[in-house]
Amino acid sequence: MKKLFALILSLILVLSLATGALADAKARNLDEIKESGKLVIGVFSDKKPFGYVDEYGEYQGYDVYFARRLAEDLGVELELVSVDAPNRVEYLTSAKVDIILANFTVTPERAEVVDFALPYMKVALGVVSPDAALITSIEELRGKKLIVSKGTTAETWFTANEPDVELLKFDTYTETFNALLDGRGDALSTDNTEVLAWAIENPGFTVGIESLGSLDTIAPAVQKGNDTVLTYINDEIRALAAEQFFHADYEATLKDVYGDAVDPDNLVVEGGVIE
Amino acid sequence: MRDLAVLFKGNNPARLLGGLGVTLKLSLVSVALSVALGLVVGVLMTRKNPVIRALMRLWLETVRIVPQLVLLFLVYFGMAKAFNLQMSGETAAVIVFTFWGAGEMGDLVRGAITSIPRHQRESGAALGLTQGQVWRFVLLPQAARRLVPQAINLATRMIKTTSLVMLIGVVEVLKVGSQIIDAARYDAPQGAVWVYGAVFLLYFLACWPISLLARHLEKRWAC
Repeated sequence: MKKLFALILSLILVLSLATGALADAKARNLDEIKESGKLVIGVFSDKKPFGYVDEYGEYQGYDVYFARRLAEDLGVELELVSVDAPNRVEYLTSAKVDIILANFTVTPERAEVVDFALPYMKVALGVVSPDAALITSIEELRGKKLIVSKGTTAETWFTANEPDVELLKFDTYTETFNALLDGRGDALSTDNTEVLAWAIENPGFTVGIESLGSLDTIAPAVQKGNDTVLTYINDEIRALAAEQFFHADYEATLKDVYGDAVDPDNLVVEGGVIE
Repeated sequence: MRDLAVLFKGNNPARLLGGLGVTLKLSLVSVALSVALGLVVGVLMTRKNPVIRALMRLWLETVRIVPQLVLLFLVYFGMAKAFNLQMSGETAAVIVFTFWGAGEMGDLVRGAITSIPRHQRESGAALGLTQGQVWRFVLLPQAARRLVPQAINLATRMIKTTSLVMLIGVVEVLKVGSQIIDAARYDAPQGAVWVYGAVFLLYFLACWPISLLARHLEKRWAC
C-alpha cells in the first residue's frame, strides 16, 4: 500500500511539473481578432445599468454601449460573454475573451495580473442601509454585518482596512441586494454608482456613506502583454473624447437610473483624463 | 403581486424555458454518460486487483472531496492556462459532471453488487450456471433493483448542481432568472420572489418525472 501511495504521489508531482512548464494560454492580438471577424468581450449580464440583459434577451448598459463601439470601429462582429465579478481575471488569463468590460475597477493587485487601458469611468465605495437603522459613518459599521459581493473592491477594501466589520459575502450582485432586502445584513457596500442607483429605486433604503475609500477608476482590461489590443482601446478612448462619446453613453444608459441626483461629470471620464 | 408581471415581460417566458433547455441538455448528457460509465466503474470497483482498487479509490475520493465548482474552474480555466486547451463552457461542464457522476455512480453500483449475499452467487454456481450467467440472471437483476433509488437521487442532484455552470459563462435557467431579476430591479424590486418561484417550478417539472419513473420501476421490480 505504501508503494502505491508513493507511485500516485510521484504521478501527481510529474503532472503538476509538466503543467507548470508549459506555456500559458496566449490572448489573440489585434490582427488575429480582425482575421477571425469577431471581437470577444466579457461583460456582466446581471449588473444594471452597466451590463445586463433586457427582457428581449439583448445585452444593454454603459459597458455594452462601449463594447459595441469597439467592435464597430474595428469592423468586426461582437460576441459578448457573460462574466461574474469573481472570475473576470480568469477569463483574461485563460484567454477566453479578448477584453473585459465589466465595470472593472483598477487596483494595483489587479494591474499585476492584467493590463488596464485608459479609464472611462470613476467611482468610490458607497454604503447603503435601511432608513430604520441608517449607517452614516464607518464607526457605526464596526461590529455589524456588511454585505459585499465576492471579488469586488468593497470586499478587498473592508478586509484590508476595517477588520472589525463582519463581511457577509455572496457570489453575484443579485444575491447581495436580495440579502439586504431580506435583512440578512445591516448594510451593503459596493461602488457608490451602484448603491446610489439602487437606493433611488428602493424606498426605505438610503446611501448613508456616499464616498469611502479612495477614488477609483474603471477601465477596460486585456491579458497581460496583449499590447496591440491595449493600444487599440487606448487610441479609441482618446479619439472618442472629440465627440464626448461617454457623455452620450451616460445619456443613453445611466441617466434613466440616476436621474438628476448625480452629475455625469462625477462619473464619466472622457479621453482617459481624470481632472 | 404587482411585480409578478416581470415574468411575462418581453421574451422572458421563452428565455426562462431556453435556460431550462440548457440545464436539461447539460444534465441529461452528463447523467447518461455517468450511468453508462458508472456501471463499468462499479464493476471495476469490486475487483480485488490493488492497482485498480487504488485508482478507483483516488477517483472517488477526488469527486467527493473537491467541490464541483473547483473542478469546473480547473477544467474550464485551468486547462486553458496550463495546456492552452480551449473548450466551451458546456463541454467543460459535461466533462466535470460526468467525472463526478461516473465516480459516484460507480460507488453506488459497487455498493449494490456487494450488498447481495454471497450465497446468491454460490447458489447460482451450484446450479451449474456459468460465471456470466450468474451475473446476468442472479447478480445484476438484484443489484439494479437496489440501485434505482440512489441513482435517481444522484441524477436529480446533478440536475440541480448544473446551476454552478453560470460561473463558467454558461447561461442556464438560474442565470436567466438572475438576469431577469436584475434587469427589472428598479421597476420591480420584489420580482425576485416570483422569478425564483418560477425557476423552482421549472426545476420541479424537470425532476418530478424522474421520480415518477423511479417509483414505477421500483413497483414493477418489486416481485
